[in-house]
Amino acid sequence: MSGFVSIRNLRKSYGQFEALKGIDLDVAKGEVVCIIGPSGSGKSTLIRCINRLESFSQGSEIRVDGIPVITGRALAKVRAEVGMVFQSFNLFPHLTVRENVMLAPRRVRGTSRAEAAAQADRLLARVGIASQADKYPEHLSGGQQQRVAIARALAMEPQVMLFDEPTSALDPEMVGEVLDVMRDLARTGVTMIVVTHEMGFASQVADRVIFMDGGQIVEQGPPSQVLSNPQETRTRNFLGAVLNH
Amino acid sequence: MDIFDTFLNAEVMRRTFPMLLQGLWITLQLGAASIVAGLVLGLGLSMLRLYGPAPVRFLTRVYIDIFRSIPLLVLLIIVYYALPFVGLRLSPFVSAMTALTLVSGAYTAEIFRAGIEAIPKGQFEASAALGLSGRQTMADVILPQAVKIVIPPLTNNSINVVKDTALASVVAMPDLLKQATQAQALAANPTPLIVAAAIYVAFLWPLVALVSRMERRFAARRR
Repeated sequence: MSGFVSIRNLRKSYGQFEALKGIDLDVAKGEVVCIIGPSGSGKSTLIRCINRLESFSQGSEIRVDGIPVITGRALAKVRAEVGMVFQSFNLFPHLTVRENVMLAPRRVRGTSRAEAAAQADRLLARVGIASQADKYPEHLSGGQQQRVAIARALAMEPQVMLFDEPTSALDPEMVGEVLDVMRDLARTGVTMIVVTHEMGFASQVADRVIFMDGGQIVEQGPPSQVLSNPQETRTRNFLGAVLNH
Repeated sequence: MDIFDTFLNAEVMRRTFPMLLQGLWITLQLGAASIVAGLVLGLGLSMLRLYGPAPVRFLTRVYIDIFRSIPLLVLLIIVYYALPFVGLRLSPFVSAMTALTLVSGAYTAEIFRAGIEAIPKGQFEASAALGLSGRQTMADVILPQAVKIVIPPLTNNSINVVKDTALASVVAMPDLLKQATQAQALAANPTPLIVAAAIYVAFLWPLVALVSRMERRFAARRR
C-alpha cells in the first residue's frame, strides 16, 4: 500500500548535476519523518518537490492523498493541502502578523474576514504569539517570525506540513521555542516531513529518520536505529561529524 | 528700455494671464490622462514582459526598446501628420496623449519590472506554497511591496510626461506653451513666455523635491 505522500522514482537534475537520483518514499498519515544529511545531499530539493516548488524529471511521480503533483489546476489544490515552513520564514512584510495568517484562507478558501481573523488569533495563541498579532513581521524576533510562519501554514488546515530547515536561520537561543511548537504539532497527529540538523529533535519526535547523501536515501528507520546504531558507513561518518564537536 | 518692462511687464501679464490659465488647464488634463494611461499600459506590458509566453516576452521587449529610443517629438509628428494618410485622423489632444502614453508606458513597464524583480524569490514561493494563484500572488503579495519601491521612479516619469506635454504645441494644441507663444505674438512682448515657464516650475518643483525626499528616506531605510 502506498503512503499518504507517495514518491516514486523521483529524479531531478540541474544541467549535468543529478540532485535526486531516483527517490522512493512513502509517508503515512500522521507520521513524523525527519530527513538528515550533509548539505548538497538533496534533502531540501526533495521536500520542495512535494509541493512542486521545484519541478522534477519526467517519469518521476509524487502523489499527495492520491492526487498527482503535476502542474495545472490540480496543483493549487495540492498546495492548499500541503503547508510549508521555510528556512528564511518568508513572511509577507507589508502585512501584519494577523493578516499574514489570514491571507490564504481569505483568498484561497473564501473564508469571511471575521472568521479568518478569529482563526488567525486562535493559531497565533497556539504558537504563543497572540500578543504580537497587530505588529509587522520586521518587529518580531526570528523565533517569533518562524512561529508566525507555522501559524500561517496551519491556517490552510494542511494534511501535511513540510519544514525546510526551520531553525537553521535562527539564533541559538530561539531554536528551542520553534522546536517546541513543532513538537506540539507532532503530538496532534499532523503528518510532518522535516529537513533538519537538530538531531535531538529528530531522536525525540520523529517516527522515522531518513539519512540522505548524494541525492539518494542511504538509510532509514526509527531514530533509535538510524541515529544510535547506523548500519551504513556514510551515516556513521555524517553522525560522527555532526555529534562530535 | 527697462528689463522689467520687457520680460515682466505687469500690464501684459494682466492681459494675457487668462489665456495662460486656459493653456495650463489643457496641459494638466493632457498630463494627467497620459500619466494614468501610461501606468495602465506599463503595468500590462511589465506582466507580459515577465510572465508571457516566450514570443510575447520577446515582442514586449522590442516594443519597450523602440519606444524608449524614439524621440517623442518624432513620434508625435508621425501620429499627427502621418497617420491621416492611412485614414486615421486624430485630434491634437488625442495625438499628443497617444504619443505620450506609448512612450510613458514603455518607461513605466521597465520601472514595474525592476520593482517586481526586486521582491525576494521567497515571497513568490511562500505564496505558491499557500495555494495562491499567480494573479492573487501579484495582487496581494508582490505588487503592494513593489509599489513602494517604484513610487520614486514613477513620480520622476510623471514629471517628465508633464514636461513633455509642451511638445504638443507643435501640433497646434492650445496648451500652456502654445498659449504663451500666441500671447507673446499678440502683445509683442515676451512676458507671457516667462510667466509660462514660471508656472511649469511652480507645478513641478514640489514634485521634484518630493522625489528627492522619498529617495533619501528610502536610502535611509535600506541601510
